Amino acid sequence: MTDLAVSHDTPTPHATSTGISNEKVLMWAFLGSECLLFGALISTYILYRHRSVQGPTPHLLYDIPFTSVSSFVLLMSSLSMVLALAAIQRGDERRLRVWLATTATLGAVFISGQIYEFTSFIRRGMTIKTNVTSGAFYVLTGFHGVHVTIGIIMLLSLVNLSVRGKIPKARSEIVEIVGLYWHFVDIVWIIIFTVVYLIP
Amino acid sequence: MTATDITEAEHGHPGDAQYILIAVALAVLTAIEVGLYYLKHDTATTAVLLLLMALKFVIVVGFFMHLKFDSVLLRRLFSGGLVLAVFIYVVTLFMFGAFHV
Repeated sequence: MTDLAVSHDTPTPHATSTGISNEKVLMWAFLGSECLLFGALISTYILYRHRSVQGPTPHLLYDIPFTSVSSFVLLMSSLSMVLALAAIQRGDERRLRVWLATTATLGAVFISGQIYEFTSFIRRGMTIKTNVTSGAFYVLTGFHGVHVTIGIIMLLSLVNLSVRGKIPKARSEIVEIVGLYWHFVDIVWIIIFTVVYLIP
Repeated sequence: MTATDITEAEHGHPGDAQYILIAVALAVLTAIEVGLYYLKHDTATTAVLLLLMALKFVIVVGFFMHLKFDSVLLRRLFSGGLVLAVFIYVVTLFMFGAFHV
């Protein structure tokens, strides 16, 4: 109970018995559960990667230099996200908006790259129905793309809130929570890039 | 955990310059991964690629997501899901013969 009393001095709006806000605990629990979702999708891809009886399979069509640049873009978006959080923790709202907009832009560049890749694959004859490998590939990378898109929407919402003056230093945790989601999307891609694209 | 602990944890976060260094390290690791892909495809290369992947994962979770500096409770919540996922799916993949041992 002593902890509860001390926690009233922290900028978080509600004191909790753990000293950590419920929203942050919930986000980490959600990310833990997301490991199971993406684990299932990655395992399905690994299981089906060599079981196609008709081509083309994704490995014949990958453009590794292009995907490497996409991966680099997403990695750098994690940097801009953490710089956005550092800015608002210092109370610098202008830089917060700049870094959040940068993160959203980098995320949009990544998604554009994914749309280009999917379009290119479909034109070369690999649709989601072509074989089990292509099906597993599109479901896995598509689910990841949906997560990135949701992240971009959350980032743009934060920019909007900040412009309206609703994210002062005392509410920096909202940026941290969105940041956790964004970094998680990045670490999932780190795994996908290696397991799906680089390992033959 | 008291509010003081939380404040101390926050003070332990890296600064902007350190974040940039961490991002450079991640970019270098990615470049090594891509270089290995073009170099050769064998079991040793696959093992190194998986190690580099794990290293990048730990760096992002530890430093960018601040789990290295955050509460043990949060570490347990995330690692619980992660360990459970790895265990379940590795066992499943072995059961379905995805790995040839």
